[in-house]
Amino acid sequence: MGIEGVGARVARKEDKRFITGAGRYVDDMVVPGMKHAAFVRSPHAHAQIKKIDVKKAQGMPGVIGVLTGKELKADGIGNLICGWMIHSKDGSPMKMGAWSPLAFDRVRYVGDAVVIVVAETKGQARDAAEAVEITYKELKAVVDASKAMDKGAPQIHPEADNNLIFDWDIGNADDTAAAFGKAAHVVKMDIINNRLVPNAMEPRAALGHYDKAEDHYTCWTTSQNPHVARLVMSAFYNVAPENKLRVIAPDVGGGFGSKIYIYPEEIVCLWASKKTGVPVKWVADRTESFLTDAHGRDHHTHAEMAFDKDHRILGLKVETQANLGAYMSLFSSATPTYLYATLLSGQYNIPAIHANVKAIYTNTAPVDAYRGAGRPEATFVMERMMETAARQFGVSPAELRRKNFVTAFPHQTPVIMCYDAGDYAASLDAAMQASDYAGFAKRKAAAANKGLLRGIGMSCYIEACGIAPSAAVGSLGAGVGLWESAEVRVNAVGTIEVLTGSHSHGQGHETTFAQLVNERFGVPLDSVSIVHGDTDKVQMGMGTYGSRSGAVGMSAIVKALDKVEAKAKKIAAHLLEADEGDIIIENGALKVAGTDKNVPWFQMALAAYTAHNLPGGMEPGLKETAFYDPSNFTFPAGCYICEVEVDPETGVTEIVQFVAADDFGNIINPMIVEGQVHGGLAQGIGQALLEGAYYDNSGQLLTASYMDYTMPRAGDLPSFKVSTSNTPCPGNPLGIKGCGEAGAIGSPPAVINAITDAIGSNDLAMPASPSTVWAAIRATKH
Amino acid sequence: MSDVSLMVNGKRVSGAAEDRTLLVHFLRENLGLTGTHVGCDTSQCGACVVHVDGKAVKSCTMLAVQASGSTVLTIEGLANGADLHPVQAAFKEHHGLQCGFCTPGMIMTATDMISRHPEGLDEATVRAELDGNICRCTGYHNIVKAILAASTTMKGSKGKAKQAA
Repeated sequence: MGIEGVGARVARKEDKRFITGAGRYVDDMVVPGMKHAAFVRSPHAHAQIKKIDVKKAQGMPGVIGVLTGKELKADGIGNLICGWMIHSKDGSPMKMGAWSPLAFDRVRYVGDAVVIVVAETKGQARDAAEAVEITYKELKAVVDASKAMDKGAPQIHPEADNNLIFDWDIGNADDTAAAFGKAAHVVKMDIINNRLVPNAMEPRAALGHYDKAEDHYTCWTTSQNPHVARLVMSAFYNVAPENKLRVIAPDVGGGFGSKIYIYPEEIVCLWASKKTGVPVKWVADRTESFLTDAHGRDHHTHAEMAFDKDHRILGLKVETQANLGAYMSLFSSATPTYLYATLLSGQYNIPAIHANVKAIYTNTAPVDAYRGAGRPEATFVMERMMETAARQFGVSPAELRRKNFVTAFPHQTPVIMCYDAGDYAASLDAAMQASDYAGFAKRKAAAANKGLLRGIGMSCYIEACGIAPSAAVGSLGAGVGLWESAEVRVNAVGTIEVLTGSHSHGQGHETTFAQLVNERFGVPLDSVSIVHGDTDKVQMGMGTYGSRSGAVGMSAIVKALDKVEAKAKKIAAHLLEADEGDIIIENGALKVAGTDKNVPWFQMALAAYTAHNLPGGMEPGLKETAFYDPSNFTFPAGCYICEVEVDPETGVTEIVQFVAADDFGNIINPMIVEGQVHGGLAQGIGQALLEGAYYDNSGQLLTASYMDYTMPRAGDLPSFKVSTSNTPCPGNPLGIKGCGEAGAIGSPPAVINAITDAIGSNDLAMPASPSTVWAAIRATKH
Repeated sequence: MSDVSLMVNGKRVSGAAEDRTLLVHFLRENLGLTGTHVGCDTSQCGACVVHVDGKAVKSCTMLAVQASGSTVLTIEGLANGADLHPVQAAFKEHHGLQCGFCTPGMIMTATDMISRHPEGLDEATVRAELDGNICRCTGYHNIVKAILAASTTMKGSKGKAKQAA
């Protein structure tokens, strides 16, 4: 490892612009003639649109255009789609209801976009939006998935009887029933995974610009995957053919999944730009973000786990209701199925598993993948079950887990996944040691002397990252391939540009990806530029989500670097009159091994472009492209231990220690990996203690601002003790597993296990707010 | 419309703004200083923190006309030319930022916090005083570390300056 190479704790290249206020986010973009948009949104959760009167709004100061869904439909703009087909157990396809980017006949959730107003200023657009008169006939709404299939519940889409989108099975029901037949113990639980709002700090935004002379569109958008946005807007929404549509995702202020999807606003801004003849910018305010960003989680689950007399797991039965909201968002169907139920084996040997998932429409914001996406829900089920089982059996939670760990690899689970590598006991041991698990009793006694209830809880999570390979996900219903692309351009002076289909919105790609190049060619980081987020620059890519940029994105770069290296060595061998096989790259030069003959990197690059003296038949230039399609998912895993003190008088929980021991495979930049874990832990702890999206029965979102939705703040969290003990991933050239989601996946059960341990009651819902914890403590006393 | 006249980052600036224009929008839209961000509409997130007459202020809580006549420092004016301010340098060194959106507000809050605590800071104080700034990426761990480090650096450099005098 060099000082800037693989494994080095290099400070980030991208930081300079962010710390000096020079970042360029969509809202910072200004194009000549640009005007501003405001959307008129449904105030009702479920209603028929009887009449839309835009006359008054059209006459307001500064108004350029007031456009409706009927006009959008007349222009042939298509409905939004879900890109992953799921078939129910009876073989029928999922029931996708129509989602027009602007509603024209019916609205299905509070926030559904109905009209766009374009005006000279943002203020004028908002004033005019308030003057649009829409007559609604209100309909009965349902917000709770467990009630949406009841008789008499309102029918949300004509396509989905009883609001059931699909009724899907995985695993083997007969084997599982047989396992339960042999069981000495059965543990049963009802588990709710609370609805969350992702809350990237930068609100979503879009700037659509139609160039009449070129008949060409440009869309600046807050996207995690601009190429997918272009593909979908072109192929399904009929905005423009791909060659006439450029999508740019510049600096993006966090995503966490919520910026994967293509939303109505970017489509409508592009269309409105053509209709009005001006570039149109829209920026969500925070309440619009709460109302319309895809939410996360919202599962209701009943789970049963069968054990033999020695506490070995025999089988697992899971039934889950997943609330998908009012419309099927882009990847919404994959989250509660292939990203959830396939992880229900956890870190454990479970011979038989059967899971059933029902996806259900409600009159709430669409629900889709949010940091972890299905895997936090699976981990919460598994790790609450394991903890509960240990308490029921009166055995150590650590030893019950250890007894059931998968220890031989590869390990085929009964739910599709084949784990390739791991050492779950190593993470457990590391976490127990770092947390001084053995000394807990002493600390508990000391807390009791202060009148506080101290508890400890653990969670041993596994996740699947870098979802792949394309052929396999295609056979499971994915509408896209899940590979990644890279292009490495060596310039004539030896500096390097890497063009990647991954997109950085906080992950630090401009640094870690450059470290790969430094490691390979010895070129200083300052001479390596990472180019991403622009469909005119990067040919194609699948973007960043599911912790895929390391395992898939960087693997594509490695493939392209391999090709560059091969050609560079050929050129050097020719210049040095040596055998190609004897050329090594060291300290920024190509050398003949075992001699002092060498050609500096930049001279080799120059030779590639002057082309005065290249090997016979070789094309000039030095630029290579690669597409990488992984052979399998990767399987990061780890153990988290949380220790809390609860004040029984107030129900206030303080996290006094949080330990994370992760296995991410090989690591490029430990500083960035630790940062990813910290952030994930904060979101997971937020879910466990603070966050919850609540609708009232009429479908009004009660938590639509930071006054009502509790975001974790600095004072709510401790400093974290994080470490890694890594087993390289055998499936990709770098041995990387991915680290972006682990913290959010593994932490909620550790927190809830700790609080329930402290208060002596296992019945505790998330978020474990002071009032919830206080009520749980009272309930144990009556 | 009202006339607004300010000293921003050492330069006198003026312009006309609608009476309802917030200081943050005046900075971003009239002056093109887009380093100050808008992350919410309830004055909760702190992405818009700037210094007005030497104090950290959420620039979404103030009308541009209210600020008229004041001296404003934004993130763009914090560094001394090419030399980063110690708080900026500490955020980079300690990986106190990821997506960068909350960062300008965090840094402006932190510089104010450090100057109000010349005696130095501890972790509990930093966490309590960050109450008005939300970050979704970092879990605050490295932000706290960066602020503590910057506080130590700035204390040290002040001490040295005193000794030299």
